[in-house]
Amino acid sequence: MGRAILTLLWKDLRVELRTKEILTTMMVLALLILVILNVAMGQNVVTVKLAASGVLWVVFTFAATLGLSRVFLVEKERGQLSGILLAPMDRSAIFLGKMIGSTILVLLVEAVALPVFVVLFNFPLGGRVGPLLLPLFLGTVGFIAVETLFSAISAQTRLREILLPLLAFPVAMPALVGAVGATAKVLDGLPLQSAAPELQLLVAFDILFVAIGLVVFEYVVEEE
Amino acid sequence: MARGFDDRAIAWILLVAMVVSLYMVFMYVPTEREMGIIQRIFYFHVPLAWISFLAFLMVCIAGIQYLRQRSRWWDALGTSAAEIGVLFSTLVLITGSIWAKPIWGTWWTWEPRLVTFLILWFIYVGYLLLRAAAGDDERKARLAAVVGIVGFLDVPLVFFSARLLRGLSPVVFTRQGAGLAPPMLWTLLVSLATFTLLFVLLLRQRLFLELARDEVESLKELVP
Amino acid sequence: MVQEDRRAVEARGVKKAFGRTWALRGVDLEVRPGEYLALLGPNGSGKTTLLRILATLIRPTEGNIRIFGRDPRREGEECRRLLGFVGHDSFLYGSLSVSENLHFYARLFGLPDIPARTRQVLEALGLERRAHDLVRTLSRGLQQRVAIARALLHDPILLLLDEPFTGLDAQASRSLGELLASLRQEGRAIIMATHNLNEGLEACDRAVILLDGRVARVMEGPEIRGERLREAFLATLES
Repeated sequence: MGRAILTLLWKDLRVELRTKEILTTMMVLALLILVILNVAMGQNVVTVKLAASGVLWVVFTFAATLGLSRVFLVEKERGQLSGILLAPMDRSAIFLGKMIGSTILVLLVEAVALPVFVVLFNFPLGGRVGPLLLPLFLGTVGFIAVETLFSAISAQTRLREILLPLLAFPVAMPALVGAVGATAKVLDGLPLQSAAPELQLLVAFDILFVAIGLVVFEYVVEEE
Repeated sequence: MARGFDDRAIAWILLVAMVVSLYMVFMYVPTEREMGIIQRIFYFHVPLAWISFLAFLMVCIAGIQYLRQRSRWWDALGTSAAEIGVLFSTLVLITGSIWAKPIWGTWWTWEPRLVTFLILWFIYVGYLLLRAAAGDDERKARLAAVVGIVGFLDVPLVFFSARLLRGLSPVVFTRQGAGLAPPMLWTLLVSLATFTLLFVLLLRQRLFLELARDEVESLKELVP
Repeated sequence: MVQEDRRAVEARGVKKAFGRTWALRGVDLEVRPGEYLALLGPNGSGKTTLLRILATLIRPTEGNIRIFGRDPRREGEECRRLLGFVGHDSFLYGSLSVSENLHFYARLFGLPDIPARTRQVLEALGLERRAHDLVRTLSRGLQQRVAIARALLHDPILLLLDEPFTGLDAQASRSLGELLASLRQEGRAIIMATHNLNEGLEACDRAVILLDGRVARVMEGPEIRGERLREAFLATLES
């Protein structure tokens, strides 16, 4: 299992390193949404302070969804998913490999989008960067777990990538509520402990959806 | 296989039960002192919510059973229950809004149970969209089963996150149902029974329709 | 090689429906270990579906499959270790090199000494000098050879090939034909689906004609040599 996950992850990252298709499209969309929201909201200090957490997560989730909608279509160009399914291994490895790979890519996008947000919205983070990492990481993992599962599902339908946000957003709502809430508290300068309920929700969500993904994924990719 | 379900007996009982429920809701039960006449919508709102929840639970169970047995019957049950669940949760949201307007002064509040139903509504509309887009029958049944299971497992987290949301935008939260006077309790129970009967009738008819459709298709196959 | 005495493939009453359409309407098939079987039939006759079911990529709607006596439903991983499948698509990543593709699949299969095994397979298919080319830059014929190399990595004793001659030029076809003959000599069972009666049939032991999802005819020995096969095939199509 561990070997298969690493093999799939290594392959995904290597393909992405060569083509950079998913990373660049996610990155550009993230920047575009930041600019659009900046234009829409202006730089009023009060508005920005209230909306900061929401802005960040709108950017992250939409950019991530664009990227995630491609991660299984990549395996369809030359039937590669069939090739992977022919290997004698536990198929939940495919889920974990894709999920870890996508999480790495989305975290990279966040690492670029966050400083751009600071500059565009004139919102210096000061010492809040450190505590911010935890809600960003937990929220991203939960959201990507849901999107990885539904990306494999929507890739098999006629609607393809269009279906992904429609299926994934409602199911991922608890993760978003937790992530937005915890991020807002940290950005307000409150200590991380004050966001304990949100962080607990995030941890529970992450564990539940990674577990669900591992169990149901073999049914999702059963036929090719 | 799909002979007509003879539901005339159920339909007659339902008709009587409906008349009785309407009498109890509008004539028998006294008007609630604080909320006034609008509180009577409670006797529709709560049973609708109960039925929606029951329907979504059924989608989940049907999904699990489908993946175990691969029988068309469980798939047909899942899709029938999902459609009814979406219909009833739409009514939950509408009656909830009508109730909220005079009580809280707004059509929509982030009341945890109402929010939960909103998210559930989105999840199962996604389920129906997936079915419409998933292509051939086996794939449709398999993917829908997964979405039905995942969607329902999400419910506790959705509810918990909706309670967290309330913390973000505070609203008055009143506990209905606690300490109901006996006439009110009786009215609620009768209404609950009536709606459950309505659900059974709708589900059986919808299931019959689904199986009859299969039969027509397989008969068409025989005609060159 | 294990279980030399058992049937390599056994299919009983295999049916497969895609929605309302039946791709297979009840197929019985047996293949002995080391046998080279040609699966003939026009497009849409169910050849690809049958091969994909045997490769454990799709489940039959009805009926049973055994791969060397094993049920893919319960022993999927064991079955997959025994069989190699070359499909219509190459299953290769265009932006990875030939050897990167092979390394990837070898690691998924958990093979020991991957560099040596990859080199061995590359040599067997005459691809040594292409090892570091990106798959995207290769011709259709070369990609096909890499696809076969991928299927042979784990040394399967059953090889399933779906239209392997499509898009190959005369020379590539000849070398593929020779390769299949030599793989058969090594004792592997081969099932090859084709609608082309001109290629790859010299070495085969038996031919099965599929028509509308059913086995329409089975031919053996001298029947499948030269013009007689063509005549029989056309006669079956007309009947």
